[in-house]
Amino acid sequence: MAKTVTDVICPFCGTLCDDLEVQVSDDGTKILEVYNACAIGAEKFLHSQAKDRITRPRMQQEDGSYKEVSYDDAIEYTAQMLANAKKPLMYGWSSTSCEAQSVGHEIAETVGGVVDNTATVCHGSSLIAIQDVGIPSCTLGEIKNRADVVVFWGCNPSHAHPRHLSRYSIFPRGFFTGKGHKGRKMIVVDPRNTDTMKMADIGLQLEQGRDYELLSALRVAFRGEDLPDVVAGISKERIFEAAEVLKNARFGVIFFGMGVTQTLGKNHNIDEAIMVTKDLNEFTKFSIIAMRGHYNVTGSGAVLGWQFGFPFATDLSRGFARYNPGETTSNDLLRRDEVDAVFVLGSDPGAHFPISSVRKIARLPSVAVDPHITPTTEISKLHVPVAFVGVEVGGCCYRMDNGPSESRKVVEPPEGMMTDAEFLSRVRDRVGELKGKAPVGSPSTAQVQGA
Amino acid sequence: MADSISLNLISGRTIQQGVAMEGGKEKPAYTDACGIIEIDPADFKRLGVYRNTNVRVTSDHGTVVVKAIEATQGPHPGLAYIPMGPWANAVVNPNTYGMGMPTFKGTPIQVSIATNEPVLSSVKLVQKLVKE
Repeated sequence: MAKTVTDVICPFCGTLCDDLEVQVSDDGTKILEVYNACAIGAEKFLHSQAKDRITRPRMQQEDGSYKEVSYDDAIEYTAQMLANAKKPLMYGWSSTSCEAQSVGHEIAETVGGVVDNTATVCHGSSLIAIQDVGIPSCTLGEIKNRADVVVFWGCNPSHAHPRHLSRYSIFPRGFFTGKGHKGRKMIVVDPRNTDTMKMADIGLQLEQGRDYELLSALRVAFRGEDLPDVVAGISKERIFEAAEVLKNARFGVIFFGMGVTQTLGKNHNIDEAIMVTKDLNEFTKFSIIAMRGHYNVTGSGAVLGWQFGFPFATDLSRGFARYNPGETTSNDLLRRDEVDAVFVLGSDPGAHFPISSVRKIARLPSVAVDPHITPTTEISKLHVPVAFVGVEVGGCCYRMDNGPSESRKVVEPPEGMMTDAEFLSRVRDRVGELKGKAPVGSPSTAQVQGA
Repeated sequence: MADSISLNLISGRTIQQGVAMEGGKEKPAYTDACGIIEIDPADFKRLGVYRNTNVRVTSDHGTVVVKAIEATQGPHPGLAYIPMGPWANAVVNPNTYGMGMPTFKGTPIQVSIATNEPVLSSVKLVQKLVKE
């Protein structure tokens, strides 16, 4: 007889679905089935059960092969690496709990490191734009209950946030949106005719890299001024048509993704998208939300924000927090050889950074903390496998609309396996010893383990 | 038919990429999901090559062999798509232009036929490229 754990939070994307049901064996050691999750979320739960999973740390040997070592050795190596480095980069943090992030930041403060999260290759541009011009935003619940015009700009939730459309933005029937998708207009802007665009009422397949022009053209159209015949590959009639739909919304929202943040213009594209939202508030009520990728990248920004005042790329090497994207961001630091050790947790720069940056990681003392085998773990000097957060250990995480949730533990990790928070607490204590100071006001390892 | 064609490269997520990534990046399914380039039928014609042929993608920033498949979310002539992962990142423009974000979308590339060259797995590809 199996038991079912209900209201489980999915630790994959920023949508943070909280209605999963997971069937586990009676002794609580095996996941048998996952209900309500998308294909990616289900795979994340089921992969934690893989028979070939690595359960002990591994150290790279001279010939490039890996040899198993104890957690104690791994903690000592990590603490020595961080304590001896002049300016270590501590990157990742988006696939772990806020509790673990906080312990990591204590270590960074003690050793004078740079803390950066995956926003640096994701929504970092958006964070810069928000600091420049502010952001009129709302929660996903408001969108479910109120939004009748929904724009997806440079994002493809059908693939990247598979349940976003059905839970919040297009299909659900809310308090003022009783007709579900029949009462909503959907506008999609993308250089490809994506699976999301195929569902749209208005699909604008723009020329790649011309987002800023099209956003500016919309602002012109809102004011009723004239436009060139074609902007960014879209005819002016289509632009005016879209502008009318936007202006006549009762409650509208723009969701935006990597199509605008990673395209030339970057933060300026987002500036302009936010200004479009601001303009629309002269006619109706409009909001804008970033489609955050990792399930707790928003949480990393929140924890860094309340601790140091900056959402990513926070340099603590001078004894106080500095933030200067372009200088203190991971890829710039790596490309300019400005860091001398790399600690990665809950992310995979080996697969998701440009190869020129990965090359630098491979040549530095490096530790990768990750439950999976990834390109990062296979070029790092030390790989520390840990329990899956949100599957084998709970913890706080933030949805893409900045709402915190408590993820749940559904199954026991393999025997003897450490969690992120436990490993980081041990490293923090050892780094404190090496640096000759005990962290002030921080919970002890025992407290974190008990939590 | 040309020896090579010029295209504009973008990358991003696909659901196959997400599932294969969570299933293990060292597994063949990840290579099948991300070691590909999606090309428009019109560009296949220009290159003069069958679907599912291996091709070499080269930019100012690197080179990589991937399998060419027909665009799944097209048409988008002139535009090529490699799902986010180490194959895309072997050729994308790493310049941040002073704001932290590499230019992952909009890299000019050359695509040429490489029928007999293999598509490496993610781990092998990265381990090989970091030694260069």
